[in-house]
Amino acid sequence: MFKQTAAITSMNLRAIPQRIGTSWVIVIGIAVTVAVLVSVLAMVAGFSKTLSSTGRVDRVIVLRGGSNAELSSTVSRENTINIMDAPGVKKDTEGKPVASAEMVAVVALPLKKTGTAANLTVRGVGLKNAELRPEIHLIAGRMFQPALRELIVGRSAMAQFKGVDIGSHITIRDSEWTVVGEFESGGDAHESELMGDIETVLSAFRRGNTFQSVTVMLDSPEAFAQYKDKLTTDPTLTVDVEREPDYYAAQSKQLSKLLNFLAFGVGSIMAIGAIFGALNTMYSAVSARSLEIATLRAIGFGAGAVVVSVFVEALLLSLVGGLIGAAAAWLFFNGNTVNTLGANFTQVVFRLTVTPHLLVSGIIWSCIIGVLGGLFPAIRAARLPVATALRAA
Amino acid sequence: MKYFPLLWSALWRKKARTIFTLLSITVAFLLFGMLQGVNAGFNQAVEKANVNRLITTSSIALTENLPYGDMAQIEALPGVARVAHATWFGPYYQDPKNFVFSFPVEPDRYFAIYPELVLPKEQLDAFIQTRTGAVIGADLARKYNWKIGDRVPLHSTIWTKPDGTSDWNFDVVGIYECPSDRAQESAFFFNYKYFDEGRSFGKGQVGWYIVQVKDPSQSAQVAAAVDKLFANSPDETKTETEKEFQQAFLKQIGDINMIVTYILFAVFFALLFATGSTMMQSVRERVPELAVLKTLGFSDTTMLTLVLCESLLLCLLAAALGLIAAWALFPMLKDTLGVVKLPTPVIIEGVGVAALLAFVTGIFPAWRAKRLDIVEALRG
Amino acid sequence: MSAIVSLHNVVKTYTRGKQTVEVLHNLSIEIAQGDFVALMGPSGSGKTTLLNLIGGLDRPSKGEVNVAGERIDQLSSGQLAKWRARHVGFVFQFYNLMPMLSAERNVELPLLLTNLSSAQRKQNVQAALAVVGLAERAKHKPAELSGGQAQRVAIARALVADPTLLVCDEPTGDLDRTTADEILHLLQMLNKDHGKTIVMVTHDPKAAEFASHQLHLDKGQLVEGSVHA
Repeated sequence: MFKQTAAITSMNLRAIPQRIGTSWVIVIGIAVTVAVLVSVLAMVAGFSKTLSSTGRVDRVIVLRGGSNAELSSTVSRENTINIMDAPGVKKDTEGKPVASAEMVAVVALPLKKTGTAANLTVRGVGLKNAELRPEIHLIAGRMFQPALRELIVGRSAMAQFKGVDIGSHITIRDSEWTVVGEFESGGDAHESELMGDIETVLSAFRRGNTFQSVTVMLDSPEAFAQYKDKLTTDPTLTVDVEREPDYYAAQSKQLSKLLNFLAFGVGSIMAIGAIFGALNTMYSAVSARSLEIATLRAIGFGAGAVVVSVFVEALLLSLVGGLIGAAAAWLFFNGNTVNTLGANFTQVVFRLTVTPHLLVSGIIWSCIIGVLGGLFPAIRAARLPVATALRAA
Repeated sequence: MKYFPLLWSALWRKKARTIFTLLSITVAFLLFGMLQGVNAGFNQAVEKANVNRLITTSSIALTENLPYGDMAQIEALPGVARVAHATWFGPYYQDPKNFVFSFPVEPDRYFAIYPELVLPKEQLDAFIQTRTGAVIGADLARKYNWKIGDRVPLHSTIWTKPDGTSDWNFDVVGIYECPSDRAQESAFFFNYKYFDEGRSFGKGQVGWYIVQVKDPSQSAQVAAAVDKLFANSPDETKTETEKEFQQAFLKQIGDINMIVTYILFAVFFALLFATGSTMMQSVRERVPELAVLKTLGFSDTTMLTLVLCESLLLCLLAAALGLIAAWALFPMLKDTLGVVKLPTPVIIEGVGVAALLAFVTGIFPAWRAKRLDIVEALRG
Repeated sequence: MSAIVSLHNVVKTYTRGKQTVEVLHNLSIEIAQGDFVALMGPSGSGKTTLLNLIGGLDRPSKGEVNVAGERIDQLSSGQLAKWRARHVGFVFQFYNLMPMLSAERNVELPLLLTNLSSAQRKQNVQAALAVVGLAERAKHKPAELSGGQAQRVAIARALVADPTLLVCDEPTGDLDRTTADEILHLLQMLNKDHGKTIVMVTHDPKAAEFASHQLHLDKGQLVEGSVHA
């Protein structure tokens, strides 16, 4: 059986160059499907990486009750003190809470890619920002100084927007700001932001004593329930308390939905299309070789060998397609940045990450398509009535 | 038309192959319809923008508010016909999932500047006279089964009242329609006065102004005049035509649009091969039959046309199926996109793309049929 | 009777790779209107080539070919196609019917090139099928017909546009004796009762006996004195 299969298979494979046109249909159909699937999934992966690395389970964001997002929230100065002083919040060596009462505003700046204005978040952060967000590292320039109109810019924002290089000036209302440093923070959402001293930003945007959110570090992730209880039962406060990962996941729900729709909706429709293409190629391969197959069967080759040989051919062609598609996705898209409108009406930037895992699953997909596309033609080949096939030729 | 049976029979010569090819094309056009529909849905807002109207926002960003006092100054500018304003209220109904597009407005001003929103005169009067009155779109009314006379509570995600709550109550006094664009029928308007008196902060501010110009050809000058009015003030403005405003908003969606285009390109690239190879095989197998037709006196041009028509028939049939499927499925995306119906231009574009596909994939086999040498072909 | 087919000093050469083969050497023949001629000869004698020239499927390398009052060696391939549609009906050894079309659709094919209305076409098709005695099998596909029946459909197709000339290439080559004789009787009837001029290539002497004249071809030339009744 094995010898028979090997003999037929090698014969089939050697015939591929003669039917190169139809063989390309499988290869290209699957390559394109896999390329699209892998790159859209790479987008999903990049996006969720941006999100999952934004936030730690022991960090909590507090917003006004029912406000859903920072931009629409308001928290008064007196409330921020209650929020930061509540039990469960980590204290630094001086006994001060590791927390930051913040505001966000949006400025419209031109994008490098198109030259048209897009929204960029300006975040005013408190003095404890460095302890609160240890993931933030300056990679160029220096930190802004409190009370000065200075900003630091995230790596992604720098890559996407014009006029935010170190040393450049940004006019906000009637005040001029200087960009003094560039930071990275492990590819999280803050990398798409500008940051400055909270008090200075508040006054520039004339927000008075109205903050928008408070982010606090907890003693431990387990302290969350107790902390939340404390704040929500405080009669002077109406707040929503969420762990950072939960908050950012909720913020990006719309976009995640869209990306998942693209990946799985579009991906599976394309896969179905590719299966039809594969079926076509394999049916025509079988029918072009019906005389050969019939001859072999007449000589005494078994039906099983014929079935396996058709399968092997389909799989091999699909595998080639899958490899080409995965390689193309990796070559062209890995590390590309993509920006779109995200939470807070502002631009989010994320990197397409073509992980080895995605490459493997792309290739597995291609094999599944190949198997489905080869199945019926293989059965047809095995059932081919020998006598008819011989006479028809 | 008399060639139709011939074309039809040629198409079904290899049933399985034709069906699979047909289905691959159908699938591609289903994708085309859905994805282009999404794109076109976004673009429709731009297409339908009114040339008479300008939008004035804070120059910092859309999210910053402007002083109410600006209105009188804008109104006094030469070339300005009327001014209205609106503010983002950002509420939901009962559950954060039920987001409502809601804006506090001055009823007479707002409905005058948006004549495409059709509201009966007596409902407009009731709106003006009822402090807590609200006018809602017909689609929104259907969605929650709200009727005139209902009391509707909304929870604003932004605006609190002095008591710290964000729950606002409204009385529905009117339902408007927008026959020119049904997608606009989901807004919820209420009185600015009620809003401004009720909110705990931001009093005396509005989100943006809508400026109607007397002469559309003057809109650039009027826009410049508005911005000049507030230059160097703490609240500088940015005034654009409604179309520019919509376009800028679209650009913010950014790369998603581009990705959709890439995907479609990839799909059609693969399709070109699939369909092309089917047509090529189909002609190759029929060489003797095509030779016989030539023997009977079918001219070279007729042969070329016949094969092209066969390709056209296949592509159009499949594209029609795909576009019909897209048309049927499209309303499912309504909640994500706010677009009610697959825009007609997408269908027309789809048919055009199908014809192009037919031509590109049909021309080589058709050329082969045209050049077929009868004597050679018959010898077999 | 006047000559409906007249070939004058016709030479036909083919290029096979690097070799040039002359298939017909300075051939001249005439066939009268209303004749039924059998072209005989061994394989490779050039009889099919000659038939192709007469039927306007191919053009000579040298010489004149005059068929149905036209110098068809001078026609462009487009003009030739039109000329064939008007003047020639073809019958092949393997019938060459469109496998996907019913008998009547097959017969209708040549009429698609005319300006006849759909109703007129249908009428002519019925008439042609009646002549070959297959009116009741009009709706059948070629695969559902016997060899003899398929060849009758092919003859109906050749007849339906009322051509000047019927050109048959081994019309009985794939049929058994009895069926072959039926087909040959049919051709004879078309020649006698309908006045059709018929040129038939065959290597079967029995088939050739049905013709009024026989032409013998060997190595691209007419065998002297081969014209007999």
